[in-house]
Amino acid sequence: MKIEKKEVEHIARLARLKLNEEEKERFGRQLGQILKYIEKLNELNTEGVEPALHIVPLQNIMRKDEVKDSLPVKDALANAPATKGKYFKVPRIIE
Amino acid sequence: MYQTVIGLEVHAELSLDTKIFCGCSTKFGQEPNSQTCPICLGLPGALPVLNEEAVKYIIKIGLALGCRILPEARFDRKNYYYPDLPKNYQISQNYLPFAVDGYLELPPSQKKGTPIKVGIDNVHLEEDTGKNIHSESGGREGYSLVDFNRAGIPLVEIVTRPDMHSLEDTESFMVSLRNILLYLGVSNCKMEEGALRFEASVSIRPDEASSLNARVEIKNLNSFKSVLRSLQYEIERQRRLLSGGEIVSGETRLWDEKEGKTLTMRVKESSPDYRYFPEPDLPPVVIKPQWIKTIRAAMPELPAERLRRFVKKYHLPPYDAIILTSSKSLADFYEEVVEGFPDGKHVSNWIMGEVLEKLKERKIGIEESSLTPASLSELLNLIKCGTISGKMAREVFAEMFATGKGAGEIVKERGLAQISDTRKIKETIDLILKKNPAAISDFQTGKKKVIAYLTGQVMKETKGAANPQLVNELLQEALQQQ
Repeated sequence: MKIEKKEVEHIARLARLKLNEEEKERFGRQLGQILKYIEKLNELNTEGVEPALHIVPLQNIMRKDEVKDSLPVKDALANAPATKGKYFKVPRIIE
Repeated sequence: MYQTVIGLEVHAELSLDTKIFCGCSTKFGQEPNSQTCPICLGLPGALPVLNEEAVKYIIKIGLALGCRILPEARFDRKNYYYPDLPKNYQISQNYLPFAVDGYLELPPSQKKGTPIKVGIDNVHLEEDTGKNIHSESGGREGYSLVDFNRAGIPLVEIVTRPDMHSLEDTESFMVSLRNILLYLGVSNCKMEEGALRFEASVSIRPDEASSLNARVEIKNLNSFKSVLRSLQYEIERQRRLLSGGEIVSGETRLWDEKEGKTLTMRVKESSPDYRYFPEPDLPPVVIKPQWIKTIRAAMPELPAERLRRFVKKYHLPPYDAIILTSSKSLADFYEEVVEGFPDGKHVSNWIMGEVLEKLKERKIGIEESSLTPASLSELLNLIKCGTISGKMAREVFAEMFATGKGAGEIVKERGLAQISDTRKIKETIDLILKKNPAAISDFQTGKKKVIAYLTGQVMKETKGAANPQLVNELLQEALQQQ
């Protein structure tokens, strides 16, 4: 099983990754192997089994609408590769 | 003749103190990035916890729109990369929203007799994104700045069915929906702050029977006006294409407010590419019937009910009631005036006439004017007891509107009070009669018309301040005694 180059390019674009030709070939092969491995699950009969969306049986975990302290601005910006004033700075977004 | 088919997606920020999944404040206009935390910044390991109040609000909205509240709601991740989205996914609801299958009945208009029901596909909860600010300089030096204070603000999305067929329908829907949200008190709906936003989709078809053409989605609509202008532009564009034998391609277009046209957007991921999947960090929300019952019992009166009540309680014609309840603040204002001056129709006449005229002139809503309900009822009472005439009232009202002063205060300041003092009027009558002996003999010989002349003279002497009716009565009396 191998994922077509076109599909690899599509997935890479969605993930904002720039891949070279060799990578497209390699990742296509690896993605195919991963899917094939996961496909093993199809061997099980899951008729009448509810999808397990959560592993712990919790529900209605909620909080009150009460304001808590936010981070100081300098801490919020601490991990950013680029900042300007009190803003995160990113490459220009072209619509 | 083409038929137009319009649907809307409406986003409204819920007026809650904190964000949807964390305790950061939602206060507008604060220092950039001062209202963020590991959760709304999407830092690794942070765990979102749902704001309970947001759930109450969305159930309220669902009930107000006649929706079915689903017994279990879940959250999903909508995956896409954009700098205003810190986690690279938005927590939204794709599979099990809180409310589905509702409708909004548009208030009857003068043009259309039959009320139109706009179907509501679903009402769901999601988090708002951050705000991008674009630098002036383009090219390689260009950059964008991001403020995450808005990221995580509780947002309700209301998705309509494509049930609107004209700009009038669309406008009526937007106004009614905003009204409902304001009546519920769940959103301040301030469009200038981005608290209420729209996305429209529109397609046209040769006639009702044919299948729908590809629909075009329009983004970047920040006011009622831009929704209507962009739809107008888009309908014409599609008509031109179809009439020219071309086809309309389904796409998302961006509204350019300055140019007044829609533009093709860079190809964005279409729906399946959002790769929705269940949000593992948030457990499902089970809505017990008892919870719905409690919320339903506490629902405020909604615009449609208020309209009916206005007709019944204040004996208003439906037209008056429609106008008065079209804005919550106007309806509140009306009811407060009626409290001080209990003549519903009379108050309605003043509000629908003088008040709305002045508001229209200044292009403001009642809540932005300095006019108070107390001063308007005071004015109406002053007219009723004859302290001022209807003509004077208009002058006084103009000043009340301009300055926010009370009616009584203005009347006093400008010496406008009508003379209803019998003694003072009698003195003036004596004076006038002394000056006009001929008129007295005319009266005695049966020329009753002379009274009108004499009344005019008294009014002139008092510079129009005398109560004309009283003058007339007292004159008759005086002439008879001569």
